[in-house]
Amino acid sequence: MGNIVEIRNVSKRYPRGKQKVEVLHHIDLSIEQGDFLALMGPSGSGKTTLLNLIGGLDTPSEGSIVVDGERIDRLGEGALAKWRANHVGFIFQFYNLLPMLSAQKNVELPLLLTRLSAAQRKRNASIALQLVGLADRASHRPTELSGGQQQRVAIARAIVSDPKLLVCDEPTGDLDRQSAEDVLGLLQTLNRDHGKTIVMVTHDPKAAEYARHTLHLDKGTLVEAATA
Amino acid sequence: MKYLHLVWAALFRRKTRTVFTLLSVLAAFLLFGLLDSVRGAFANAGSSVAGVDRLMTVSKISFTMQLPQSLLPRIQSVPGVKQLAYANWFGGIYQDPKNFFPNIAVSPNYFDVYAEYELPPEQAEAFARTRTGAVVGQQLADRFGWKVGDRIPLEATIFPQKDGSNTWPLDLVGIYRIENVKERGNENQLLFRWDYFDEARQFGNGEIGWYVLRVDDPARSDEVANAIDAISANSDHETKTQSEAAFNASFVSQFADVGLIVGAIMAAVFFTLILLTGNTMAQAVRERVPELAILKTIGFTNRGVLALVLAESVLLIVIGGVLGLALAGLIVGVLQSALGGAMPMEPVGASIWLRGIALMIGIGLVVGALPALRGMRLRIVDALAGR
Repeated sequence: MGNIVEIRNVSKRYPRGKQKVEVLHHIDLSIEQGDFLALMGPSGSGKTTLLNLIGGLDTPSEGSIVVDGERIDRLGEGALAKWRANHVGFIFQFYNLLPMLSAQKNVELPLLLTRLSAAQRKRNASIALQLVGLADRASHRPTELSGGQQQRVAIARAIVSDPKLLVCDEPTGDLDRQSAEDVLGLLQTLNRDHGKTIVMVTHDPKAAEYARHTLHLDKGTLVEAATA
Repeated sequence: MKYLHLVWAALFRRKTRTVFTLLSVLAAFLLFGLLDSVRGAFANAGSSVAGVDRLMTVSKISFTMQLPQSLLPRIQSVPGVKQLAYANWFGGIYQDPKNFFPNIAVSPNYFDVYAEYELPPEQAEAFARTRTGAVVGQQLADRFGWKVGDRIPLEATIFPQKDGSNTWPLDLVGIYRIENVKERGNENQLLFRWDYFDEARQFGNGEIGWYVLRVDDPARSDEVANAIDAISANSDHETKTQSEAAFNASFVSQFADVGLIVGAIMAAVFFTLILLTGNTMAQAVRERVPELAILKTIGFTNRGVLALVLAESVLLIVIGGVLGLALAGLIVGVLQSALGGAMPMEPVGASIWLRGIALMIGIGLVVGALPALRGMRLRIVDALAGR
C-alpha cells in the first residue's frame, strides 16, 4: 500500500512574546495507508503539534504535508475546512461532544456539511452508533453517558463520514482502564477490519501496544522508530 | 434549515438566561408595538378625509381657538352636508380631578350626527326639554353609579358662570349605549346642552368649539371639506375640516410632539436592549469556545461559524420580538374597544410588523456581530488547548 501521509522537512514555530519558539524541527515522516501509528514522547515534545499538522488543524511554518494525495499545507482556511470534513476524523482526550445535542445528533454533525438528506444522515449516524455499540443510547445526551460511552460517541462522529484517516489525541487519557481497553479495541477494529489509518498520540505505553508502529518525539525531533 | 436544530440547541443551552433575555426582548417589542401604533395614528391622521362620512371643522390655528356661531348656516348650506351639529369642550371636574372624563356641551341635534349613540326616545325628549339636562354613556354611569334623575354638579376649570360660580349643576336625563364594541370607549363621556352652557357662561358667548357634520356621500368628503374651509379662507377664523381620527390626534398633539416622544423612548429602549442582549450573546459564545472549535475541526468554515452565531442572535431577537408584537396587537385591540376613538391608535398591522421585523433582524445582527467575529476568528488549536 502507498503512503497516506508524507511529511517533508516540516518545522513549526509559535510566537511566544517577542520571540518565536520552534516546537518541531525539520520532521520527515511517512505513514502508510492502513497503519495504526502511536506517537509517544514527553510533554512539550511536539506530539500534539505534529498531530494537528497531519489533521489539517494547523499549518507548518515550513516544509510540506501531503495527506491522501493533497498538499494540505497550501490550502486556505475554507478549503482546509472542507478537506478536513471529507478526509479526517478527530478523537480527543475530553471527547468534545456538544452537550446540548443527543448522541445521535452529535454523530450527525459532520454530515450536515454534506448533501445527504435528513433521513440519510440519520441512517448513517445510526450505523456509526451501532458500530461503536451504542445504538441503544442514541437519544441520550453526553451528560447521561459514562466517559467511555462518550468517547465511543466521539469515535462514531469521527467515522460517520467514512474518512480514511483518524487522528486521536490521548483518546484514553481520561478513561479508566476497562473503558480505555474498550476504546483501544474499537480503534484496532476500525484499523484492521475497516482499513482506517490511525495516528494516535498517547503517553500510555499500554495504549501504544494496540498500535502497529510507535514513533517517539523528543524536543521536536523524531528520535526513534519502533514496530509493535 | 438543516442547521436550525443546532442554532436552537445552542440558544437554549442555558434555559433560564435565554428565557429572561427573551422576556426583555418581548417587553421591548411590546412597547414598540404599542408606541408605534400611537405614533402611526398621529402620523397618518389628517392626511385624507376621503371615504369618511363624518367630518369635524375646527380652527385652523388651534383646536383651542373658538369659531363663530355665524358659520352654522353657511356650513349647512354647503352642498353635500347632510347633518350639522356643534359642541364645546367644557373640561369640568366631578368631585375630584382624578375623576377625569370628557364633558362636552352639545347642540340639540348632536345625536342625529352620532346615530350610533343609542338613547331611548323618552330620554331624548327629556334632554330636549330640560335646560340643565345631561346624558352620559353607560360606562360612565356604571363608573359612578349614576342613574336617571341624579343631579351631577360639575366644577368648571375653564368656564365660570356669569354669577362667578364654578359649579354647574346638571340633571341626568338619559344614558346612551353604543352597540359596536370597538366604539364603546365613547360611552365614557358626559354631554349637556350647549344653549344652557352658552347662556350661563361668563365669556365666549356665541362661540363654538367645533362643528361636526355628516356628508351625503363619503366619496365626496374631500370636496365638502375643501368647500367648508373655503368659507373662512383669509378670515381671522380660518377652519380646518378633517376626520375624527385627525381631530383626536390634533387634540392630543396640543400637549406634546408624540412622534418625538415615541422616538426618544424607543431609542432608549432599543439601546438598552442591544447592551443587554449583546452581553448575553458575548457570554454565551465565550462559554462555547471549545464547542465552536469542534465545529471548525469537523469542517465548518470560519464563515459557517460566523453565520451560526449570527443566526442564533437573530433568532433570539425574532422570537422575543414576534411574541412582543403579537401581544401588542392583542392589547391595542383591547384598548381600542375600551377607549373608542378617545385615544388614536393604529391596529398593529402589516406596516408595524414590517418595521418590527426589520428592527429585529437589524438588532439581532448588531448584537451578534462581535461574538460572531470572535467565533469566526478563533484558532482551533488554541481553543482546544484552552488558550
